[in-house]
Amino acid sequence: MKNLDSVLAAYLAGWAIFFVYYISVAQRMSTLREEVERLKALLSKGK
Amino acid sequence: MGVIQKIFYVHVSCAFSAFVAFGTCFYANLRYVFTREPQSDWLGVSAAEVGLAFITVVLVTGPIWAHPVWGIWWTWDARLTLTFVLGLLYLSYLLLRSMVEEPDKRALFSALFGIFAFLDVPLVYFSIRWWRTQHPQPVILGGPGSGLEPRMRVSYLLMWGALTGLLILLLSARYRLEALRASVDELRREADVR
Repeated sequence: MKNLDSVLAAYLAGWAIFFVYYISVAQRMSTLREEVERLKALLSKGK
Repeated sequence: MGVIQKIFYVHVSCAFSAFVAFGTCFYANLRYVFTREPQSDWLGVSAAEVGLAFITVVLVTGPIWAHPVWGIWWTWDARLTLTFVLGLLYLSYLLLRSMVEEPDKRALFSALFGIFAFLDVPLVYFSIRWWRTQHPQPVILGGPGSGLEPRMRVSYLLMWGALTGLLILLLSARYRLEALRASVDELRREADVR
């Protein structure tokens, strides 16, 4: 089928962009959760 | 057009989803200007970032379709140029936020910039109606003589429904991230005071 490679490339690129974006959100979320735990521990020590 | 037409489903659906995200950002920015609620700022930045992801897909899939059909990857016609500018505007929105340290000032500046950036959305939408462009004429809501064949309409609506679901998921995840960032800032201030 002519141009099937272009269709595959378009769909792969589209889903790859969403996947990479979701991973970046998840990574930032995990870093912030660790920071929350660290700060809570710091504050409870100071009490 | 053959099998290459199938790029239409992801390209157009992503474009409409990006407009929904930028519309949400515009609403949140207006709301912030009038209410100064931090939640509106969180929604604004979340919608801008998710919309930028969707418009990036539009800007990548368009040239992949154009190369076999037009024989060129890109041309600076009104629709393509305005869509590229739309991506740059929301990228600038996010960069502007990273440059302002003070939270209230950052939220206000980005809300005002976001309101300005949204002005490009109707220009992108109407560009193929107002000017002669290389980009195909409107198929959806294009007036008499336009429209999709019934089977194509079902495929298009399924794809748009799926991408709208993805938009909601990404937007809620990004909003939670922004809420968590605010909690971290709050805890940091508390730790600094002690």
